[in-house]
Amino acid sequence: MTKETILLLSTVILLLPLLGFTIIIFNQKRLGKAAGYLGSAVLGIDLILSIIVAFSKLVTFAGEGMIQTKFDWINLGTKTISIGIGVDNLTAVMLIVVTLISFLVHLFSMEYMAEDKRFPRFYAYLGIFTFSMLGIVIANNFLNMYIFWELVGLSSYLLIGFWYEKDSAANASKKAFITNRIGDLGFFAGIMIVFFTYGSFMFDDVFAGVASGLLPFDSGTMLTAAGILLFCGAIGKSAQFPLHVWLPDAMEGPTPVSALIHAATMVAAGVYLTCRIFPMLTADALIFVAYIGAITAFMAATIAITQNDFKKVLAYSTVSQLGYMIMAIGVGAYTNGFFHLVTHAWFKACLFLGSGSVIHAMHHAAHHFHDHHTDPQDIRNMGGLRKTMPLTYITFLFVTIAISGVPFTSGFLSKDGILAGTLAFGSLSGHWLIPIAGFGAAGMTAFYMFRLLIESFHGKAKTNIASHTHENNKLITGPLVLLSVLTIWVFYSFNPIDATSGWFQKSIKTPATSVPAALQFDFLMPLNAEGHNAAAHTEVATHNATNSHTELAKHEAAANTHGAEAKSAHGSHALNKFEEEMHHMHYPAMIASLLIAGLGILLSFCFYQFKVFSPDNMANMIKPFYKISLNKWYFDEIYDKTVIGLTLGFAKLLSWFDGAVIDGIVNGVATVFRGIGWFVGKFDNIVIDGFVNLTAQTTGFFGAAFRKVQTGRIQAYLIFTIVGLMILFYFLV
Amino acid sequence: MGIGLTHYLIISILLFALGVFGIATRKNAILVLMGLELILNSANINFIAFARFGGMNIEGHVAVIFVIILAAAEVAVALAIILNIYQNFRHVDVDEINQLKD
Repeated sequence: MTKETILLLSTVILLLPLLGFTIIIFNQKRLGKAAGYLGSAVLGIDLILSIIVAFSKLVTFAGEGMIQTKFDWINLGTKTISIGIGVDNLTAVMLIVVTLISFLVHLFSMEYMAEDKRFPRFYAYLGIFTFSMLGIVIANNFLNMYIFWELVGLSSYLLIGFWYEKDSAANASKKAFITNRIGDLGFFAGIMIVFFTYGSFMFDDVFAGVASGLLPFDSGTMLTAAGILLFCGAIGKSAQFPLHVWLPDAMEGPTPVSALIHAATMVAAGVYLTCRIFPMLTADALIFVAYIGAITAFMAATIAITQNDFKKVLAYSTVSQLGYMIMAIGVGAYTNGFFHLVTHAWFKACLFLGSGSVIHAMHHAAHHFHDHHTDPQDIRNMGGLRKTMPLTYITFLFVTIAISGVPFTSGFLSKDGILAGTLAFGSLSGHWLIPIAGFGAAGMTAFYMFRLLIESFHGKAKTNIASHTHENNKLITGPLVLLSVLTIWVFYSFNPIDATSGWFQKSIKTPATSVPAALQFDFLMPLNAEGHNAAAHTEVATHNATNSHTELAKHEAAANTHGAEAKSAHGSHALNKFEEEMHHMHYPAMIASLLIAGLGILLSFCFYQFKVFSPDNMANMIKPFYKISLNKWYFDEIYDKTVIGLTLGFAKLLSWFDGAVIDGIVNGVATVFRGIGWFVGKFDNIVIDGFVNLTAQTTGFFGAAFRKVQTGRIQAYLIFTIVGLMILFYFLV
Repeated sequence: MGIGLTHYLIISILLFALGVFGIATRKNAILVLMGLELILNSANINFIAFARFGGMNIEGHVAVIFVIILAAAEVAVALAIILNIYQNFRHVDVDEINQLKD
């Protein structure tokens, strides 16, 4: 397969869901249930094409960078704006993730949404969402990415608010959209800085520009700022602290949507973006990214522990795991961050679809009893589902094990890599808080996931409804089985405890940083042939703040000789000191994470399965912490009081200003003009009309006078003629 | 002093004035028509007089013959009009026939 074919196929992959959307949205009545088959068929073809493209990229062109094409879109004087598409290894993997999950969600929804009255529209929305997501994935420039980024925002708005009759759903969709917009604003500002400085939106051009030492506004700080601003887009889309508040609310959407948007695709877009911009992130920007990720991972995990809504637990778990990925990229463990994105996509999609299966069954059982008061999503109403829904239970158990990081699962491989990365980062830079947050979140993840599993599936049914649930049909369980199978380690690496030898980690390599050495961590700079740190030779130090960095780099240069020996001794392919360190940290991280995950699982069983301790007593003992967790750290309340309060206050002020001042001015002007108008009117009536009427009257007067002459009597005319003639004769003769 | 051109012209003027007076004052359309005949005849006298004294010679005579023929034709047409007026209005009073005004 040639490169042209790959690009052509990628274009087809991108456009197929759009075609599906167009057909469905204009034929909703005509298609009816057939919309489901049509949408699924389109995505099926898309999936097959994606697999073909991904294989040919990862096998035939594995060593190459991005296969891309571009064309000029707009010529603005000297600047040309180009857009285009590109496929690299990252894209190839993401194509499979997006199309496979979208395909499974399409299948799942055929049963789950079967009774919905807007069934075809749902499939149309799924199509437009998949189209936008694929657009982000195969963009090779910031502009394309931004366009599809916003399209994803729009389609997620449509999907979250799909049941717009419910106020909560309508509000959640608005919240998601607006919160995302805040992040996008930063993203846009970042893109503008980049375009202003480098004159191109292309990733390649921008990174080459950074590598050549060209800095925005000639300042390293501005490069950091540009990186952080671009990352703001990821904060919004990937639900990172402090913009994470939209994701749990977005659970108001249909559950397949949660699986599609909040597990694998939309929220992964932020992580994907962070991967993309990784080469231009400076040391300061990376620390910012890492701390945002660590805070998110830890905070969301603490919230997930106390939630009682099935989907809310999963939502906060997602936020926490996304924080993990962001943290991983922030500390430089790029490969593992992206690896976790992929493994998490499978098991979180399975968890959400599993929750959909449970809710669907609970809903039907409740319907059977005509019970409309029991919340079918509350885990306190479940229990004992293991017996009634065995297939759902087994798949759920599989993925719970995976997300908790138990060996022989994909989750273990990726999570372990991330934790090793954070440890390496901690030891090299001294930021030890990040690994602490990472390990803490890992333990809590194991705890709350098993709490969810035990509370809903184990024990005795807590309500009549739960005991009368039934396993769903194959359209629902099929995707669950497939996704849970994908959590087995062999799909990524044959070695169950180390993923570095697997195909995945060999295909997705951390890209070399383009940032000048003075602005980057020394341990992230590539080692050159002599084993010296390249940083020591590059002289980009322009301002005082970087001097210390350069000095540090000289120290490192000496130490690196040792590093190079270690490298040859290990026979590893370490690019830089960080990868060396990660290699050393692999086993300590693995042992620590195993202990912590084991502790979490054990505690969970003690609390909820064997009832050794009572969770309620525990909650009472640490009441303040429990309250904070249960109320989600009061983020919504704080935003309500601060941001929203301020906005509303400002809006009221503006409203008053508008009513009193602006309207006053407008009304004043209006009054003056009315006065003038009145005067002009009078002038018109009296003077102008007077003249006109006078003319008319004069004419009328003369007319009336002359009219009398015209008697109609022929003799009178004759007399006039004769008299006239006589007068003429008198004067002329 | 014998009878010369002046005397004929004075007769002619008198006749013309009588004709105009008749046209202007009579109410009966027939009488108006007769006034018109007087005017034509005053013109005829002028022609003859100028033919005799003014050197118009034969042309004056010819013009008079033309006028007489014309007058005959004119009377025929005018009487026909007057008859029509009579049929419409049951009278021939020219003061009353003033619809030209409207």
